[in-house]
Amino acid sequence: MSLTDIIQKAKAAEDPGAIARAIPYANFIGIDAHLDSGAVVCTLTSSDAIIGNPVLPAIHGGVIGAFLEHAALMLLMWELAPGQLPKTVNVSIDYLRSGKLEETFARGSVTRQGRRVVNVRVEAWQGDPSMPIAVAHGHFLISD
Amino acid sequence: MAKLDPSASHNPIASDLQAAQKLADSIPHGHELGIEVEAIAPGRAQFILPFHPRLIGNPDSGTLHGGVITTLIDTASGCAVFSALPNLIPIATLDLRIDYLKPATPQKPLRADARCYKLTRYVGFTRAFAYHDDPQDPIANSVGTFMVGSSNAVFGVDDLTVERSS
Repeated sequence: MSLTDIIQKAKAAEDPGAIARAIPYANFIGIDAHLDSGAVVCTLTSSDAIIGNPVLPAIHGGVIGAFLEHAALMLLMWELAPGQLPKTVNVSIDYLRSGKLEETFARGSVTRQGRRVVNVRVEAWQGDPSMPIAVAHGHFLISD
Repeated sequence: MAKLDPSASHNPIASDLQAAQKLADSIPHGHELGIEVEAIAPGRAQFILPFHPRLIGNPDSGTLHGGVITTLIDTASGCAVFSALPNLIPIATLDLRIDYLKPATPQKPLRADARCYKLTRYVGFTRAFAYHDDPQDPIANSVGTFMVGSSNAVFGVDDLTVERSS
């Protein structure tokens, strides 16, 4: 099944997690997604395989960056018109706190949508949404 | 700026490939991905990541997920800062910006070449790029900053815990 078909099926079932589960890398690092009051919220399950610093211990910064980028892509795959797919142009990640070995959440919002390019902001948090562990913004090209 | 002089360094990984690999292996996620150090010098680190189907981001084209490239670049950039330090002290990524210049080619290993081009008392500044075989044909370009001395510990390479996941 093509990615476009996967997205359409997930939308019909109101299950954004079905998109995350169809993408090998998202599956590998433990990303899932659900709807919260109609908004896509991504989750990252903690596991030994995603540890970056075993002494603290903390989640690998690269995985947190990947999670934020994927949350932005999930938002766009959910909200773009059928058949349109996002491609990452760039992403800029600010690390605010170390990621503890617990469940992490991320939610994105579109800052500006142009004809070809969308600017998206994403925040990731653990227990308290008002204490983000990382934020990112990026540009995504819309292909059709 | 701290001098990037290996002879004046007490840093065990500054130009020792095996010690740098030991450092890389102490990062469980890096080990899980099979990241290897190809070259190390004070303020410079070159890493390689083997392709694996579980790293695919686009099931239509079979290309790598951008997040894998972020992880390789973050790891190589952090190691470039480590190798620039006079002693091994903890560091933490402050920020990282990645430009994706073109999609990675499926099945090919990915390399990252990172430099810490400026080191101050508290901050390391990095540039890095990712490519397959030809450094002149990059897949991603990046700049980053790292907090140096994010905790007070000083450690040696023998202190590194090597976590093996099966």
